[in-house]
Amino acid sequence: MVEHYLSLVIRAVFVENMALAFFLGMCTFLAISRRVDTALKLGIAVMAVLTVTVPLNNLILHNLLDEGALAWTGIAQLQMLDLRFLGLLTYIGVIAALTQILEMILDRYVPTLYNALGIFLPLITVNCAILGASLFMVERHYDLAESVAFGFGAGAGWALAIALLAGVREKLKYSDVPDGLQGLGITFIIVGLMSLGFMSFAGVQL
Amino acid sequence: MAMEKAGEVLFRPIFDNNPIALQILGICSALAVTIKLSTTLTIIAAVLFVLASANFMISIIRNLIPSSIRMIVQITIIASLVIVVDQVLQAYTYEISRDLSIFVGLIITNCIIMGRAEAYAMHNPPLLATMDGLGNALGYGLVLLFVGVFRELFGAGTLLGITILPPVSDGGWYYTNGMMMLPPGAFFLIGGFIWLLRAWKTAQVEEPLFRLAPNSRPEAD
Repeated sequence: MVEHYLSLVIRAVFVENMALAFFLGMCTFLAISRRVDTALKLGIAVMAVLTVTVPLNNLILHNLLDEGALAWTGIAQLQMLDLRFLGLLTYIGVIAALTQILEMILDRYVPTLYNALGIFLPLITVNCAILGASLFMVERHYDLAESVAFGFGAGAGWALAIALLAGVREKLKYSDVPDGLQGLGITFIIVGLMSLGFMSFAGVQL
Repeated sequence: MAMEKAGEVLFRPIFDNNPIALQILGICSALAVTIKLSTTLTIIAAVLFVLASANFMISIIRNLIPSSIRMIVQITIIASLVIVVDQVLQAYTYEISRDLSIFVGLIITNCIIMGRAEAYAMHNPPLLATMDGLGNALGYGLVLLFVGVFRELFGAGTLLGITILPPVSDGGWYYTNGMMMLPPGAFFLIGGFIWLLRAWKTAQVEEPLFRLAPNSRPEAD
């Protein structure tokens, strides 16, 4: 049983890396990867938000939105209801609300971490990796425990990728890049090479 | 004068202020859908519709939105529009909708849409805001089209499913480039596109953050 979840985490971190295989969270990935320390903090924040939002959206899907999910209310008219078309709106709402709550909790109890994360916390709401993970959870029919494992793995993979990219970009200062490729262009090429590296994990099974 | 302005707002984002190549917006949902030209065109149309309508609607109610809850209002409008697109795609083009999988939903978090709503639609009248939406969607579409055409043509030898370069596997002469179909291919193509664009519009070249000091040691004679 444990192997199943471990395999799910490993797959989400390496084989199906959110940033390098599915291009999710790219905007923040490219914009905030100039320094390793900020990249690492953002990665941890994304990991925390993903580990909570994916299972939460899973609960909402199975208890409120799915076809016949409202049967527990006992009201006949609600039993046949299929509200899945409201999914997108609900998930993004949950993500926005949860990020806000996380921000408040951090501000109240862990002010040092709150100050360190600063602007990145609200930015997480529009990070496609977060919504993407919830949508993958729906598409692949994960149950609650699987979605915890998947959420954690996806977040860890994203954090790993952004920390690695920031490491490479710090070294890039010492290289002589052609003018037109300076900045964004060369970053894309590097991410391509990293993605090529991560392709070698394809087919890894536990 | 007003028309001139509208035209400028429409065309500026295509080359001069391209959302992907210069503003670093909307790359997230851009790359994964470019394996085939048909999905690329679908996502371009979807983004065009959502971006123009969202900008229009937000611009109409821009003076009524309290600034403290503007994000929620914007995202609700955008999410509702995306739900419309998603439902239409599922109803009429089920195959393409399945190919796109989660990436239709991800239009919500496409930073171009939030970014333009926040940066432009909140401060400008509806007509100009719609033009800005159209222009940015076209700029986005241009990059996607470039990547999509290259990936399908060189990765599978086809365009829109029609064989252009007959691949070896079907008895033709073209050895398909498998890397184009994989994620790295898309990254390299966008990097190349940015290089081309900046070689042409040199004003967009980024200044390096650091410059290496020239070698201070005297040249050996």
